[in-house]
Amino acid sequence: MRLKKNIATSESGFIFNPGTGDSFSANPLASEILLQLKEGAAISDIKKNILVKYDTDANNLEKDWDDFTAQLREANLLDI
Amino acid sequence: MAEHNQPLVIAVTGLNAIDSPGPGVAVIRALRDGLPHVRIIGLAYETLEPGIYLHDVVDKTYQIPYPSAGSDALLSRLQYIHRKENINVLIPNFDAELYNFIKIGPSLRSVGIQTFLPTQEQFDARDKINLYQFGLKYGLSVPADRIIYNSNELYGCAEALGYPLVVKGKFYDAIIAHTLEQAQKAFYKLSAKWGFPIIVQQFITGTEINIAVLGDGKGNATSIIPMRKLYITDKGKAWAGITLEDESLIELARTFVKATNWKGGCELEIMRTVSGVPYIMEINPRFPAWIYLTAGAGQNQPAALARLAMGEDVQPYEGYEVGKIFIRYSWDHITDVKEFQQISGYGETAP
Repeated sequence: MRLKKNIATSESGFIFNPGTGDSFSANPLASEILLQLKEGAAISDIKKNILVKYDTDANNLEKDWDDFTAQLREANLLDI
Repeated sequence: MAEHNQPLVIAVTGLNAIDSPGPGVAVIRALRDGLPHVRIIGLAYETLEPGIYLHDVVDKTYQIPYPSAGSDALLSRLQYIHRKENINVLIPNFDAELYNFIKIGPSLRSVGIQTFLPTQEQFDARDKINLYQFGLKYGLSVPADRIIYNSNELYGCAEALGYPLVVKGKFYDAIIAHTLEQAQKAFYKLSAKWGFPIIVQQFITGTEINIAVLGDGKGNATSIIPMRKLYITDKGKAWAGITLEDESLIELARTFVKATNWKGGCELEIMRTVSGVPYIMEINPRFPAWIYLTAGAGQNQPAALARLAMGEDVQPYEGYEVGKIFIRYSWDHITDVKEFQQISGYGETAP
């Protein structure tokens, strides 16, 4: 999974796709993940950080991760 | 530019600002931003065009005859205005008036008024009536259509194109019809307003994108700015929009300019489907009402057009600000009946 290169994200959770003009609001965790993806962090490392920082387990994280990536794909924010 | 520190005198039409506004006021704002010393002469058809009364926008306004009065009447009126104002450049902004302005272009040039307009052939090629053939010729995606003169032909259009259909007027307006009855109603309404023929077009769904383009008449695009409509009025007009970064749209506009040697400003109306195909829905042969966004994004198309018209060597712009937004608004301008009386009675505002 790779975020499109030109996607702009901010710490406030605002996401802007300059290719389509679409903009989105992300919650704090989603915007944290997006910032890490933009910085080129490995997905496995992002997941590890979430498990350390938040009260969740690997199964729930995987389910939520799949849901999150599906939303990103639908929003046309990922490189296919 | 104008000599001896005299202002560059630019005449502009399209000063109306209803819910489907004319581009004139936006063109003037861009000219004032992009050129050091200009005097703006407004050319109005009706006495309640707001630009007439906005004195920080338009320096002086003259009424001109409606296009239906013909090119001789227009030329005669412009010669009168030119004697008083010494116009350097004239920028028409309505589709319906362009035929006359193109026709009198050589006469205007002979008295020192420069225009920067497409040729009659360029103007005709992109006409709604010829658009499908135009697309086929240049390998551009254009919705299938039928050109009709009789409502009896609508049934055949529906057979060929399916519902919904888009029924379009010769110059302006489009109505989406989901049934034969709706299509017939749209046919009569649009033919009464704009005359014949009526264009019946295949309905394409997707994201509405417009591209403002300035061609130098030699096959080069001096400027290309794509914009996505963010807020659309019930007339289908952009009330807010944002500049986009999309090389495929820019390439599409370049292809159009190169294929036609387009001279002047124009607007490509695009519908980008979910699968990413950019269909050209219409090509408007003049600047759009949102043209001030091009100045805001760093490519001032009206100012560049004025320079081209004056014979300057204007290099193509490179780069613009992506994510620039325009949000249109309306406000109530207060004026006095004396001003209304002046333009109504004398056909021009006070000096």
